[in-house]
Amino acid sequence: MNCEEARVLLHAYLDDELDAAASLAMAQHLAGCAGCTQRYRGHARLQQALRDPALRVSAPAALRARLAARLPAPQPAARAARRWPALAAALAAALALTVTLATWQTLRPRAPAGDALVAEAVSGHVRALLAEHLLDVPSSDQHTVKPWFDGRLDYAPQVKDLVAEGFPLAGGRLDVLDGRRVAALVYRRHRHVINLYQWPAADGETGTRERDGYRVVQWNEDGMHYLAVSDAAAADLDAFVRAFRGASAAGAEPAR
Amino acid sequence: MDLPFSTPAGPDARSAFEASVMRHLDAAYGLARWLARNEQDAEDVVQEAVLRAYRFFGGFRGGDARVWLLAIVRNTFYTLRAAAPAPSAHDAFDETLHGGEDGAPDPETLLARAADAERLRAALARLPAEYREVLVLREFEECSYKEIAAITQLKIGTVMSRLARARERLARCLLEPAAEASP
Repeated sequence: MNCEEARVLLHAYLDDELDAAASLAMAQHLAGCAGCTQRYRGHARLQQALRDPALRVSAPAALRARLAARLPAPQPAARAARRWPALAAALAAALALTVTLATWQTLRPRAPAGDALVAEAVSGHVRALLAEHLLDVPSSDQHTVKPWFDGRLDYAPQVKDLVAEGFPLAGGRLDVLDGRRVAALVYRRHRHVINLYQWPAADGETGTRERDGYRVVQWNEDGMHYLAVSDAAAADLDAFVRAFRGASAAGAEPAR
Repeated sequence: MDLPFSTPAGPDARSAFEASVMRHLDAAYGLARWLARNEQDAEDVVQEAVLRAYRFFGGFRGGDARVWLLAIVRNTFYTLRAAAPAPSAHDAFDETLHGGEDGAPDPETLLARAADAERLRAALARLPAEYREVLVLREFEECSYKEIAAITQLKIGTVMSRLARARERLARCLLEPAAEASP
């Protein structure tokens, strides 16, 4: 064994990952080579130093608690009904649907980009309901929701107050679509939830689709691509889209 | 052929998930924390990873749940990072083993520097992600090369050479006089 080989192998030796023959060859090389021995000692000490418990981190208790609350509980429908009546029905439907969706995703050949995005958006919508990870920032105030995204995204999402049109804002959260971090705004319509995703894109696909009982509407406006998903009635979602496109945004006019 | 995917929905699935996967939350957070280098992003990564893991738990065929979860955490980190603004320049690193330093690191100097946990932490944080991850998996999670290979989808030989480079780079970082001397 020469020093060049030893230089790499001494790490496997240090980690006790060499087989008996290589281990022996390494030991023999070290016995006759002061330079490699010194290197070996240096790395052994570095490894020892890295074992310092001060360098370890544990999951914060708050994260643990949040996850425990967000994983579906043994009785998801009953629990949700107590905490969040409007969502109970959607949650039960989502549970049934996830099985269908997941099966579909496993068995079906890869869909074209537009379809895949819609499927992902629907799946994100369902996951948000299912995992009760609907809101990172629960607020009906557009001037609270919009600034929350500052520093979490590299763009500022449009947040609009549509309560007068019958679509109260419930809040917002971060989600991931098509490998990018996107803003999701959550609006409500009676018992239904509308997820509105948006991200900067000038030429996203537009139009309306149905997938697995969910309606998806996409449009582009002012350099932003919008994608709305809901199980609300078709007319309601279309009305939501018209209302959103017609309303003024937070920041576009003074708060008061 | 695999049976169609099934998503856990009952109390049994949740308990099974907690017993096999959630008990590795510290490991998941540790990897995410060292990859993301800040607490907020690490929490986002772990949260997303655990929700994904739960979603795919029906497809988990047994085996080492820790390795399975760590692989999901790693994938989630890279997915989220790809969505974020471009990584800083020092994350790009040439694969040559060595820059200028010829001699072996002096064990005594190295020991003195490494004994300073803050300094060691800072040096580790400055390594490129692909070096950080193998070091964290090996030294903090005490994964075998085989486990690291499974988590990172690298070959075992690549795991070995990458660990070697990671440690040499870390040693050099520690021996640099000033912490800001990064190119």
